[in-house]
Amino acid sequence: MKLPISWLKDFIDLDGLSVEEIARKLTLAGLEVEEIKYVGLPVSGASAEGMHSSERHEFKTSGIGWDREKIVVAEIREVNPHPNADRLTLLDLYDGQQSQVVLTGAPNIFHLKGTGKLARPIKVAYAKEGSTIYDGHTDGLVLTTLKRAKIRGVESYSMVCSEKELGISEEHEGIIILDDDAPVGMPLVDYMGDAVLDISILPNMARNASVIGVARELAALTGRELKKPSIEYKTHGESVEKLASIQITEPELNPRFVLGLIRNVEIKPSPYKTQRRLRLAGIRPINNIVDATNYAMLDQGEPLHAFDYDVLKERAGNKNVKIITRAAKDGEKLTTLDDVERKLTSANVLVCDEKGPLSIAGVMGGAESEVSDGTRNILLEGAAWNFINIRKTAKQHNLPSEASFRFSRGVHPSLAETGVRRGLQLMAEWSGGEVAPGLVDAYPLKPKDSVVDVTPQDVKRLLGIDLTVEQISELLTRLEFKCEITKDGLRVTAPSHRLDIGEGVVGLADVLEEVARSYGYDNIPETRMADALPPQIGNPVHEWEEHLRDILVSLGLQEIVSYRLTSPERESRVAQYDEYVTLANPITPDRRVMRRNLVASVLEVVEHNARAESNALFELGPVFEPVENDLPDEPRRLVLAMTGSREALAWDVKDSPNFDFYDMKGRVELLLSGLRYTDVVYAPTDTVNYLHPGKAAEVRVNDKVVGVFGELHPLVKDRYEVEDAPILVAEFDLDVLHAVSPGYEIKPVPDVPPVLEDIAVIVDESVPASRVEALIRQTGGRVLTNVRLFDLYRGEQIGAGKKSLAYSLTYQSDKTMTDAEAAAIRNKIVKRLEHEVKAKLRS
Amino acid sequence: MLEQLKEIEKTALDALSEVTDPAVLEAWRVANVGRSSPLMQVFAGLGKLSKEERPTVGAAANRVKVALESALEERAQAIKEAALAKSLEEESLDVTLPGRGIHVGRLHPSTQQLRRVLDILADMGFQVYTSREVETDEVNFQLLNFPPNHPARDMQDTFFIEAGERGDNPILLRTHTSPGQIHAMREFAAANPDNPPPIRIALPGMCFRYEQITARSEIQFNQVEGLVVGENITFADLKGTLSDFARRMFGQHARTRFRASYFPFTEPSAEMDVECFVCGGAGCQVCKNSGWLEILGCGMVHPVVLQNGGYDPRRYSGYAWGMGPERQLMVRYRIDDIRYFWGNDLRFLGQF
Ligand SMILES: [Zn+2]
Repeated sequence: MKLPISWLKDFIDLDGLSVEEIARKLTLAGLEVEEIKYVGLPVSGASAEGMHSSERHEFKTSGIGWDREKIVVAEIREVNPHPNADRLTLLDLYDGQQSQVVLTGAPNIFHLKGTGKLARPIKVAYAKEGSTIYDGHTDGLVLTTLKRAKIRGVESYSMVCSEKELGISEEHEGIIILDDDAPVGMPLVDYMGDAVLDISILPNMARNASVIGVARELAALTGRELKKPSIEYKTHGESVEKLASIQITEPELNPRFVLGLIRNVEIKPSPYKTQRRLRLAGIRPINNIVDATNYAMLDQGEPLHAFDYDVLKERAGNKNVKIITRAAKDGEKLTTLDDVERKLTSANVLVCDEKGPLSIAGVMGGAESEVSDGTRNILLEGAAWNFINIRKTAKQHNLPSEASFRFSRGVHPSLAETGVRRGLQLMAEWSGGEVAPGLVDAYPLKPKDSVVDVTPQDVKRLLGIDLTVEQISELLTRLEFKCEITKDGLRVTAPSHRLDIGEGVVGLADVLEEVARSYGYDNIPETRMADALPPQIGNPVHEWEEHLRDILVSLGLQEIVSYRLTSPERESRVAQYDEYVTLANPITPDRRVMRRNLVASVLEVVEHNARAESNALFELGPVFEPVENDLPDEPRRLVLAMTGSREALAWDVKDSPNFDFYDMKGRVELLLSGLRYTDVVYAPTDTVNYLHPGKAAEVRVNDKVVGVFGELHPLVKDRYEVEDAPILVAEFDLDVLHAVSPGYEIKPVPDVPPVLEDIAVIVDESVPASRVEALIRQTGGRVLTNVRLFDLYRGEQIGAGKKSLAYSLTYQSDKTMTDAEAAAIRNKIVKRLEHEVKAKLRS
Repeated sequence: MLEQLKEIEKTALDALSEVTDPAVLEAWRVANVGRSSPLMQVFAGLGKLSKEERPTVGAAANRVKVALESALEERAQAIKEAALAKSLEEESLDVTLPGRGIHVGRLHPSTQQLRRVLDILADMGFQVYTSREVETDEVNFQLLNFPPNHPARDMQDTFFIEAGERGDNPILLRTHTSPGQIHAMREFAAANPDNPPPIRIALPGMCFRYEQITARSEIQFNQVEGLVVGENITFADLKGTLSDFARRMFGQHARTRFRASYFPFTEPSAEMDVECFVCGGAGCQVCKNSGWLEILGCGMVHPVVLQNGGYDPRRYSGYAWGMGPERQLMVRYRIDDIRYFWGNDLRFLGQF
């Protein structure tokens, strides 16, 4: 909400408070000021001559200050033609001290060209030589300083300003024409210098979405008095109650409806002061009647709607107007004042007469009964609506407006009458109309003012501060709560403009928040908790996952985090699924489902980084498996991917082999041993669709498959824009892996040296290395503590279809082992291999 | 004979003084103290000498042998030292050439920041509590005091999941980690419904908002939420704990300020700002010239939420807060595009 400070001053004396101080107080109390725009008032913090806002500010700041000496109120006394330019006029202008000749091309003066002396002088904003204002002819806001220049032979050094030039609005079509009461010679900043606070209104602070609402907060925060100008006007003729009636069919949706009437209005522009305030508040002035409804809304917080009374009367066949509020019928239609035909549903509430719908309640008026230039008599509506219903309706028809903004957050029904009276007062003042006596007021559902009991113990227990009953009472009274001292504390009644105070334990929290805000959050001390500590249960799964991350990082893998949202097309490069957890309202089709496959996520990152020397990545997180009309399963997965150069290239490491299957297997082994898994079995698998059928393994722990790894299937790899190097992928089911918790023990370091021995055997290609190693280990028994494959050979020497496996064996016994003992074991191993896999010892 | 020995000694020592090369030195050793050297010939001929001559010549020969051997040792040492001195002088590397690297692994920056946050909170007695990412409207909103169609829902634009007819309880992507508050309170309260235990937990995790993906807004982000519930917990404790946290996270001199705010699940609610650590409060681009950085939203747990969690608001009170690790990183490292985090470009990740 944009709030001009000058308007705020209608309700509170702000002497001695700088604009920034006001903004700070409001911000700390929850009315966050997002920007200060200076429109004339000196920009705080700026140096005396520099009036622009580029310097340091606590708040985002824009705008300019107006020099007191150089920018003043002046009056145009004569309008004469320019001797050398048809489109320009020469103004004879008096600035309070002397007469000046000023040149202008303003279209709103042009029609007076050649009039000469004016019967009634025109009041304008006059910038003298040397003043700094915005350049009206340049797009955007560019400062310029007025200098002496000759324009078509006439010397010019000063200027009559447009709103754009003074930073009031974008308007540069004509010059500002001030109201007649503007005092000539007065510094313009004193007459109408302003600053606009852009305040963000929190959902629970709708009561502050008005000038009086903010003033009320400020009064409480500063201890100053809230001025409430009385709303009075003269009345004439027949009372409105005799001409109109109201029928509310659903009080829950429409607790109150108020009507007032004003006759014989003259539709014309509002006074300049009104137009300027509305523009500063972000509302376009239309005419005095529409402006009065908007002005009253900003002033008091009650959105109003003006009907052309004569249209309604005609619709009623010249009988009394009867206003009916009701839910719309499904399919009912209404053309709103933006000339769009709206199809309504039973979720919408309508303001109707006996003939049919007139407007969508609280959201937008209808075209037929709107105020036009020929309107003479106005029926003015102020009402209260159910905020949830208004919110739904405004969303359904995509009609955000100042009115629906307020109604959808809750406007207290008490404001309906105040608002209508303020609207009628302004209309009478600006249009010369005559207000009919009385109001039609249907008020079937009066909200109860909440009553809450508060004690100093409550304040101590929840806020941690010691306040007396009197102090609490003083803090709340400032915000217009009624406080009554009781035996235990206070009985507090919420003020009649507030809908946000509950009762009971909720009401207590609501009231304590007001105590805290009024007291000032800054004045509440900082303490350390003195409460009992909770039971210590930790989070073993989280700790385990963090450990797992650390191991992978130590193995040289970079962690990545991908979008959980993806598309079936993206994942189809790796896997196809029939069902997904699918968004009902995706932001883009590319991210319309929750991922099911973490391999797909990680491969996208490999592809993104394809030009890197190498990629060694991992991601850990959930995938989402749909469950019919219920929450999905969120199993946790771990995926590793590696591709590219095995070694880091350097000036003397010009090229390196690419990562291959065994690099990945090594990482997998080290990961699992780092996590203390001992009983790990690797077996070939050709059932993982995205892996090369001959270069894939599954990992089993305690006979449970915990994951798979291998080289990416060439057909899958072809679907990615990547380099030639193979891509290795591992995928683990972390829930399963965590469930098979490992047993683990640390072995003592032996005192005696080990005996080392090599053995090489030739076997058929079809015999897996793991089988040979398993046989060696079984046969070697307890003393054979390590078996390491150190060479694999294929070639002519041993014949086709054969391979030679060379192992380094480590024997470790409690006492030093003799060569004979070692030889005996070795012979046993050779015999076993000969027998089981037809191995031949290679000499 | 003695003359001959003198001659042998002199010739040998003269020759030795010329030697500078280890190979020549070895040749000298063979020629002068080797098995067939003239000196050894003298020893071999001792038997042929008379009884009177033998001891004198023998002693003289021994003296020469000792003299030659020690001279040899001395010379060998000198040659070695000269060689070392020469090599030290001659051998030198271009130390400005780059070193040889290895592929190093790193944690994602979000994980690093989550750990910083959780480590500090662990020191302060907060244990980690995690919960699911896809939630029901009931747990994500209603039990946290956001009724259906409440205006506060505008604060959290939501992704909904296609599901069967579920009325006012659609399935959605959690918009904050706060549903974990409900899960945690209910879990703990179930253990002892008449006397639920105190709670101090940190709730980290991925959250989702219906937003355009731009430099400033993302569809997913991490959040860490803190929750304290007990019989003696005050707003002053909230201020103390969060200011302590800020000093651990941003430096012992970090100043904080609390602004009134609104969240449906806390009351009173506040935003905590930390004095800008980039400019020290003087105003800079990072803090948009205000001198303050918005770090977290917080407040006393709303009585309705306590009730929904199984904790009687007349007896228990608590506070909660939520903050964004990515936002903290962006401020800390002046990162101006939030899309980097899930873009996973190695050139970004490699800088952390
Ligand atoms: Zn700063």
